[in-house]
Amino acid sequence: MTGTNRIPGGLIDRDKPLGFTFNGRAFQGFAGDTLASALIANGQRLIGRSFKYHRPRGIFTAGPEEPNALVELRTGASQEPNTRATTTELFEGLNARSQNHRGSLKYDIMAVNDLFARFLSAGFYYKTFMWPKSFWERVYEPIIRASAGLGRLSMQADPDHYDKGFLHCDVLIIGAGPAGLQAALSAGRAGVRVILADEDFRMGGRLNAERCEVAGTGGATWAAAAVAELESMGNVRLMTRTTVYGVFDHGIYGALERNTDHLPDAAGAPRQTLWRIYAGRSVLATGATERSVAFGNNDRPGVMLAGAVRAYVNRYGATPGRRVAVFTNNDDGWRTARDLRAHGIEIAAVIDSRTDTAPNPFPEVKTLFGEAVAETCGRGGLREIITTGGKRISADCLAVSGGWTPNLHLTCHLGGKPVWRDDLAAFVPGNALPPGMRVAGAAAGQMTLARCLQEGDAAGRAVAEDLGRAAPAANVPKATDEPAGITALWQVKGARGRCWVDLQNDVTTKDITLSHREGFRSVEHLKRYTTLGMATDQGKTSNLPGLALMAEASGKTIPETGTTTFRPPYVPVAIGAFGAGAKGAGFKPVRLTPSHEWARDRGAVFTEAGQWLRAQWYPQPGETDWRTSANREAQTTRNAVGICDVTTLGKIDIKGRDAAAFLNLVYTNGFAKLPVGKVRYGLMLREDGIVYDDGTTSRLGENHFVMTTTTANAGLVYQRLEFARQCLAAHLDVHLISVTDGWAQFAVAGPESRALLQKIVDAGHDISNAAFPYMACGEMTVCGGIRARLFRISFSGELAYEIAVPARYGDSMIRALIAAGEPFGVAPYGTEALGIMRIEKGHPVAAELTGQTTARMLGMARMVSDKKDCIGNVLSRRPEMTAPGQPRLMGFRPVDRAQMLTAGAHFIARGAEAVTENDQGWMTSVAWSPALGHSVGLGFIARGEDRIGEVVRAWDGLRKTDIEVEIVSAHFVDPEGERLRA
Amino acid sequence: MIINHPLLGPRDAAEFTYLGDASLLARPDWQSETAAGDFDAWLHLRDNPAGEHRELWFHEQGDRSWLIVTRNTLTHEITGVEMARDGAPARGTDT
Repeated sequence: MTGTNRIPGGLIDRDKPLGFTFNGRAFQGFAGDTLASALIANGQRLIGRSFKYHRPRGIFTAGPEEPNALVELRTGASQEPNTRATTTELFEGLNARSQNHRGSLKYDIMAVNDLFARFLSAGFYYKTFMWPKSFWERVYEPIIRASAGLGRLSMQADPDHYDKGFLHCDVLIIGAGPAGLQAALSAGRAGVRVILADEDFRMGGRLNAERCEVAGTGGATWAAAAVAELESMGNVRLMTRTTVYGVFDHGIYGALERNTDHLPDAAGAPRQTLWRIYAGRSVLATGATERSVAFGNNDRPGVMLAGAVRAYVNRYGATPGRRVAVFTNNDDGWRTARDLRAHGIEIAAVIDSRTDTAPNPFPEVKTLFGEAVAETCGRGGLREIITTGGKRISADCLAVSGGWTPNLHLTCHLGGKPVWRDDLAAFVPGNALPPGMRVAGAAAGQMTLARCLQEGDAAGRAVAEDLGRAAPAANVPKATDEPAGITALWQVKGARGRCWVDLQNDVTTKDITLSHREGFRSVEHLKRYTTLGMATDQGKTSNLPGLALMAEASGKTIPETGTTTFRPPYVPVAIGAFGAGAKGAGFKPVRLTPSHEWARDRGAVFTEAGQWLRAQWYPQPGETDWRTSANREAQTTRNAVGICDVTTLGKIDIKGRDAAAFLNLVYTNGFAKLPVGKVRYGLMLREDGIVYDDGTTSRLGENHFVMTTTTANAGLVYQRLEFARQCLAAHLDVHLISVTDGWAQFAVAGPESRALLQKIVDAGHDISNAAFPYMACGEMTVCGGIRARLFRISFSGELAYEIAVPARYGDSMIRALIAAGEPFGVAPYGTEALGIMRIEKGHPVAAELTGQTTARMLGMARMVSDKKDCIGNVLSRRPEMTAPGQPRLMGFRPVDRAQMLTAGAHFIARGAEAVTENDQGWMTSVAWSPALGHSVGLGFIARGEDRIGEVVRAWDGLRKTDIEVEIVSAHFVDPEGERLRA
Repeated sequence: MIINHPLLGPRDAAEFTYLGDASLLARPDWQSETAAGDFDAWLHLRDNPAGEHRELWFHEQGDRSWLIVTRNTLTHEITGVEMARDGAPARGTDT
């Protein structure tokens, strides 16, 4: 279909036709069109249905402020709802659908809502869907969701990918209209590093939409020449399709660049890029947004902002109507009449609400001064308007101008408050601008072209001067100051029918007065009660009229009423862009242990431990479930030898003359007397006396220790240690470095572990029990000269070692250890077997160290030395924590050994009711012990140390079990520690 | 925000983690008769000023310095950045 409303001229490329579809119907537009301009050119007036009343709606604006013309774009997983047709650049094959109707767009059955409008006013949902409460989620919400709302989601994962980037510049210029372009020219010519960002795909702003003259040539031509000059400057970066959406502290700006939204196929490129721009200075040249006037049925398709009508006619060569009426309260509206006339489009009438206006410049045009539009008529689209004077004027388009509102949003993101100007009937930026920001042009309330150019030039030169550069002399291209007078008009007295304020959320003047009557007097309350300005357009065309009406209802002035708070983002930004790079595997980095490849090749099942992937168990042929594998691994370790990668434990190298003194500060127990070549278990508290972490620390030299931490706390313990070193003990000579990734470390555990390691450790290093007893450590070489550290420590309770080699040898090391262990029947073991063995030995882990556990609860009260200061020492002696009757970590076994214990069960006395008052403690960890042949558990129970042998119930309300258990020592296996000293 | 690190120059706040009031540097004497009360107050009681605030930041994604940043809590203006070890009290905790 060819464009029935296409007219000559404009900035479209008629040599590049583009085919697209709307609701399945094929249309044609041109390169340079938006979806909106192409639909207008094709005479499509009805674009969608409104949010609440399903009213027919058309295109209302020509920019990002569009409240009406929202479409679903693209298909399949790429389908995007609520896309503004006015900012969607046309591309070949574009597929758009209208939204929010059942049945066809033209005959939407849900339009019945409009008949019940009188019941659907502000607060309707709150008032109506109150009872019964059980209906809230099951009945009311599905109904409301089905009938209200806009576009539909694809319900598929977003197939696109997004990017993030960082940019630095001396000045960020936001908006490439006349002020922004001139500011960029003046700053750029002075050598300033400039970024010029504009949300449009063509720079020039209103210069592209108006018939105007700059420096003796057309505005659009001048803009193109300015862009060409800026492109030639190495110090200027031009960013089209880029919206600066927020201002953040210290000169940081957020911007969204739409890289491929205008292409039929992104071809693998990122769809959008979220930029963080570091700019010492900025020039805000964002222009102004036109607003409407509240009159009867002012939402009818064909009613359009006057400036938008000019944009379609002048820039896109598409006329929204064949017989256009203009309704204005200001001089700018007259430009619409002038431009339409120049294009030979019939003007039905110009209605100017002002009475004190200069005589009509177009004598042949019908003009009505001191009148207003009272109502519009026409089913599905405008056919006729009725004035307050009762005159009926037939028109298929009504261009409305209620004045222009400066786009000052970004001036308020750091808390700035706008100030009211009566002469503009609008707010302008206040004095408390974000540091480094200047505002130029219409955004600052300068509503004429010559002033915009002058201000842009001044801003650009001021930036250069700030930076100590020789600013060029003022060089402002010649333009005229067109008249810009206005007399505020918010709603038409004598309007008939409903008068819309917020088109996207279907808020009318009646809703605003109703909300005031019901006591919502603050503008913030008004907004939330009526939802005024809360749609995706964020009230760009409706906020000011809304609060003007609020002011009228309350008898206050507009500045007294105040504005709602402007917050980022200025336009909706896809969550995908904020989360760029963090989707799927990118959401959380994965750290792999040095033996990962080897373990993977052996078929290991992995589990996440912090950011690490650790082998959980190593299934063998014939093993069908994890317990079979884990039990075999644990038993092999207890009976022969097992190997486990423990690289993930945090490792911190501590050096310095005062290293021992430093350890005394961070651990509860003393380290000063630890001999070189020995390892000691250390307990770490928080300052409030609660247990934070534990691990072993080895003294490799007089002034050299290596600390290990739990896997999960590795980073946090390191941070705390640095805090203690720099902030609490700055006088100590000690240095720290995290070496977690530097060393591959393996536990070699079991009765054959020494024999195995003797095959690995180079000759000359004696690791016999006498020379290298329990808790010994030392540096040595392995496998023919590889540097290694050996620690005789045990988590499993068996004779055990941990051997560390530089991480790059980790893969070779696991292979060498397994090969050396073949004759002993070695088995690698994973975290499940590790867990079983530590429960059998009663070692606490995260399940026990919950952030509420004291040293006393662990039976380690004596480890908190009172001979020295340490972190947490003082507050660990609080009476609440030392009072008798505290829970104590104990072991538990079922009286009926066949029963399985559950973690999370609570301990209740036999015969007592299972209520909170009778709660004596809880089970923290359970395992089926292959060594004992029954289920064992660890848990905290009040006064546990005095109750060994007592039988209580482990009651689990979640799993509905109630098992009699006997309180025993937490050390189920080898309580005397004979095996680990063997 | 941008924190002007005394050694590394201006760095994005995303490189840092935040701890809180720099009064944490003044850890009480553990042997004082009033130690329990002193530690309780030091650990738990904070001023929450609307205005200038001296606070601790850790350059976790950088050189791992603890910094004392003087920041205005109303405007986020940063008027001073110093190394915590320079600002920490001379006395420490000895064995």
